[in-house]
Amino acid sequence: MSDATSIQTPPPSASAKASRLRFAAFWGLPPLLWQLAFFVVPLGFLVAMTFWSVKSFRLTPDATLANWIFILNAGFFRNAYIYTFWLAGLTALLASLIAFPASYAMAFLLKPATRRFLVFMLVVPFFTSYPVRIYSTQIFFSPQGIINAVIAPLGLGPISVLNSPAGTVVGYLVLTLPLVVLLQTFALGNVPRTLIEAAHNLGCGRLRTILTVIVPSARVGLIVAATFAFVLAFGDYVAPVYLGGSKPPTLSILIADQVKSGNNWPRASVVAVVMIVTLIIVMTAMLALAYGRKGARR
Amino acid sequence: MNASTSRRALLVLYTALVFVFIFAPIVSTVVFSFNADRFPSLPWGGFSLQWYEAIFADASIQRGLANSLIVAVATSAIATFLGFAAAYVDYRYRFFGKMAYISIVALPPTVPVVILGVAMLTFEGRIGLSGTLTGITVGHVVLAAPFAMALVRMRLADLDPDIERAAWNLGATPWATITGVVIPFCLPAIFASVFLTAAVSFDEFMIAWFVSGVNETLPVRVLAMLQGQVSPRINAIGALVFAVSMTLVVAAQMLLGRGGRRNAKEA
Repeated sequence: MSDATSIQTPPPSASAKASRLRFAAFWGLPPLLWQLAFFVVPLGFLVAMTFWSVKSFRLTPDATLANWIFILNAGFFRNAYIYTFWLAGLTALLASLIAFPASYAMAFLLKPATRRFLVFMLVVPFFTSYPVRIYSTQIFFSPQGIINAVIAPLGLGPISVLNSPAGTVVGYLVLTLPLVVLLQTFALGNVPRTLIEAAHNLGCGRLRTILTVIVPSARVGLIVAATFAFVLAFGDYVAPVYLGGSKPPTLSILIADQVKSGNNWPRASVVAVVMIVTLIIVMTAMLALAYGRKGARR
Repeated sequence: MNASTSRRALLVLYTALVFVFIFAPIVSTVVFSFNADRFPSLPWGGFSLQWYEAIFADASIQRGLANSLIVAVATSAIATFLGFAAAYVDYRYRFFGKMAYISIVALPPTVPVVILGVAMLTFEGRIGLSGTLTGITVGHVVLAAPFAMALVRMRLADLDPDIERAAWNLGATPWATITGVVIPFCLPAIFASVFLTAAVSFDEFMIAWFVSGVNETLPVRVLAMLQGQVSPRINAIGALVFAVSMTLVVAAQMLLGRGGRRNAKEA
């Protein structure tokens, strides 16, 4: 290369090469080894354990399909799978719909300083004790709780959502809404303003602009937001237990029960592996939807 | 014009409602932690510090808090180092299998914690780590390191690669360059990830629940208390936990904001 702007390094000697390699290994290896040892290996071990057996309450390495056959044929598992999938899907849809007007307002109506502050606020709950927030939500919706105290004078209620699928969904929304609003706001913020102005100039109405210009061009971000909502809700344990009353149980409740009281780790592992496979399929499908054919046309 | 103004107002009001839904559980926890009544509802029963006195006198809560702090500090140190290292490798090198490398480091937060918890429990049971604070820390680092990596990587995106090359050309070793140029430049992101990874660990309850055994962390204690009846003590613990994690997250965000602004000025 001869151009003056790029800076060239002199050809390294053998010892310099070795020292560079040491330098690269010092930074490159620790993260890799840690995540291999404590993330990849445990997950691999989880898969292996699905083929183990429990003999007189003892875990025994084995190569049996009995756990798979038992779980996949168990009515309680099938019901829990359908229920969990359906509720997580419903949550992804509800969270997306509930979040959209707010994200729209944040991206297009509010001043940049206000938007920055609200984004700043939305990051906080994501890292803030979720079980306590669920407990608090439980108090809100309890029979003598605040919601019923507020609506009683209006001649409404009492409403009861606790210990029902509705309660679980409320909890899932507590979990997912901050992230969905955040991701949607970023997605909408990246829609070119000129595109929207062009639509308005050409006489496109407000709602039609949203549906035919804004949503399609923010599609990737909107789908990613919904996918995250699905993933979070699908794996959540706290909301279905404390707001849904474990009735009916979700997959995460099955896992916890099998491990904590049933002491049947191989069966719990089967449920966990089925969950991972499901999530991989859902994420792949959603990414295909996000970057799919229609996207290429634009 | 009137229609557009009222539509604007409606949308802003709706946004406010969404924020109320998101933040009401946090605010009410803090408010009711000072309520004299046993059951947290309206009307307000009077100001009281009795629930705070009760939790500070509770040995299991003290132990949980101490365990949580130990695990959070250890997690934060290790995860920040690993996250920085991975981000630097991504910034500096091109090599075969880089996508796989980055994925392995970055993926853990996308796996449900209930599954990470079972995997950690079964695996750590084999190597004698389950039931120890080390075992919890190991799991928390797996979960927290990707956040550190993301924060440092975003910062490094603003560092011109030629600056490092210039330093090497002037005879600086890679070690001198990284300690003299790269790390100082990344300091805001490094401190931010110290705080954020501590927050991730301090709030993590699922891996800790599976792995902890008798060495409960504070969130695991809270989870156990939730199984019992309604207790205003949970509000007091919750308010404390919120205070700690919010301080950490807000500190992290302010550091990032400042770093970004300074950078914008330089440009």
